Amino acid sequence: MGDLVTMDDLTNEEIVAILDDSERLVPVARGVVNLPLLEGKVLANMFFENSTRTRMSFETAMKRLGGSVLNFSSVGTSVSKGETLYDTMQMIDGYADIAAIRHPRQGAAQYSADAVEIPILNAGDGAGNHPTQTMLDLFTIRQSHGDLEGLNVVLVGDLRYGRTVHSLSHALVRFGASLTLVSPGTLRMPKEIVADLRSQGSEVAETESLQEQINHADVIYMTRIQKERFPDEDEYAKVAGIFKLNSSDLSAAKKGMIVMHPLPRVDEIDPNVDSSDHAKYFEQAFNGVPTRMALLCRSLGVEVPKEVK
Amino acid sequence: MMSEMRRVTAIRNGTVIDHIPSGRAMQVIRILRIDTSRATPVSLVMNVPSDKLGRKDVLKIEDRELSREELDRLALIAPNASIAIIRNHSVAEKMVVELTEDLVNIATCTFSNCITKNDREPLPQRLRIFSHDPLEIRCYYCGKVQEIDELIENIL
Repeated sequence: MGDLVTMDDLTNEEIVAILDDSERLVPVARGVVNLPLLEGKVLANMFFENSTRTRMSFETAMKRLGGSVLNFSSVGTSVSKGETLYDTMQMIDGYADIAAIRHPRQGAAQYSADAVEIPILNAGDGAGNHPTQTMLDLFTIRQSHGDLEGLNVVLVGDLRYGRTVHSLSHALVRFGASLTLVSPGTLRMPKEIVADLRSQGSEVAETESLQEQINHADVIYMTRIQKERFPDEDEYAKVAGIFKLNSSDLSAAKKGMIVMHPLPRVDEIDPNVDSSDHAKYFEQAFNGVPTRMALLCRSLGVEVPKEVK
Repeated sequence: MMSEMRRVTAIRNGTVIDHIPSGRAMQVIRILRIDTSRATPVSLVMNVPSDKLGRKDVLKIEDRELSREELDRLALIAPNASIAIIRNHSVAEKMVVELTEDLVNIATCTFSNCITKNDREPLPQRLRIFSHDPLEIRCYYCGKVQEIDELIENIL
């Protein structure tokens, strides 16, 4: 019921309502207002794959709302002894009220949601989906542009394996965005996803060049070329460092254009961009906290007050 | 058409599956889990001319009436098949194949990184019909589009 596996689990109205909740929760996320809405509740952070921001922001979100957190990692636990995901999740069903799961295998979040009673939040499954990241991305876009309707969004980098851009692109077209997909030929967005995006009636263009996209973009969403996904070094070397954004590139950009990145970055965005008004990636990382707070509340059936003081 | 049907002996009791796409009769035997080691006679005609399909396969299974559920599995590989249940040499019932939306434990997902690839995981294999025309099947768990030819190799 309260599961969030893909963005299809939320209607546009629900997305907007969760973003509204997130906005009201910002002072709580910053620790300025104390609001123990989830006191006594336990979140299980089930990370079968490494994570920095997602795991920590889930933990902060839960703790800022008065709840507590069980942190699980597959290293040195029963999983390394060969336990199935099903069995691991059965255990968690008894220990926690809600679980966030990240897993290297695609479909693991849906599988977990079917295996247990407690709500499951997908924190990334293989190259599949990452809907809580999408919610914080939408929050960041709305914060800068006022609303989500009809924006020109340029997605750059590893669009083949990047689950972040898979979930985000699905959500953006539902709000009428035009998408430009910039990637090397070997890392193009999977064709079924492109077909899905076009079937929503959105304009989706594909190109291998970033520079000519800068002047018409409302959002440039950079991603890392993920070295760990490549079968050999040579293949990686061919595309590593292919897209780089410098502060000088941004002179052509529209005034309100924002640069986003799910982080970590390698060399896609030069540090000289950090001080520009366009740079939003660190705010984006913070926005993981209020949006995950709102998502935890939604999944646990706890209403966020209309006024947060 | 009747003359093509008579390439093999008419059966007294059982099931006739007609209009199987040419070359897929063996896969039909597999998908219907027809145990060819048992005594049940199974007649198979392959690559005969057909007005509807150009060429087709026909399968006759004696002394066995296939259930609705079994026949629905057929839709994966023979969506236009027509089925006749034969009793006492005459057609007692005619059925058409229908693809159910939720394909449970019929085939395994073809994507190598799907969670269901660990065969110790106990939940059922589930595939979903995403669109009927053209037929598009996706894994319920990982969402990957399944190539039908690959999927046939993964029939349970």
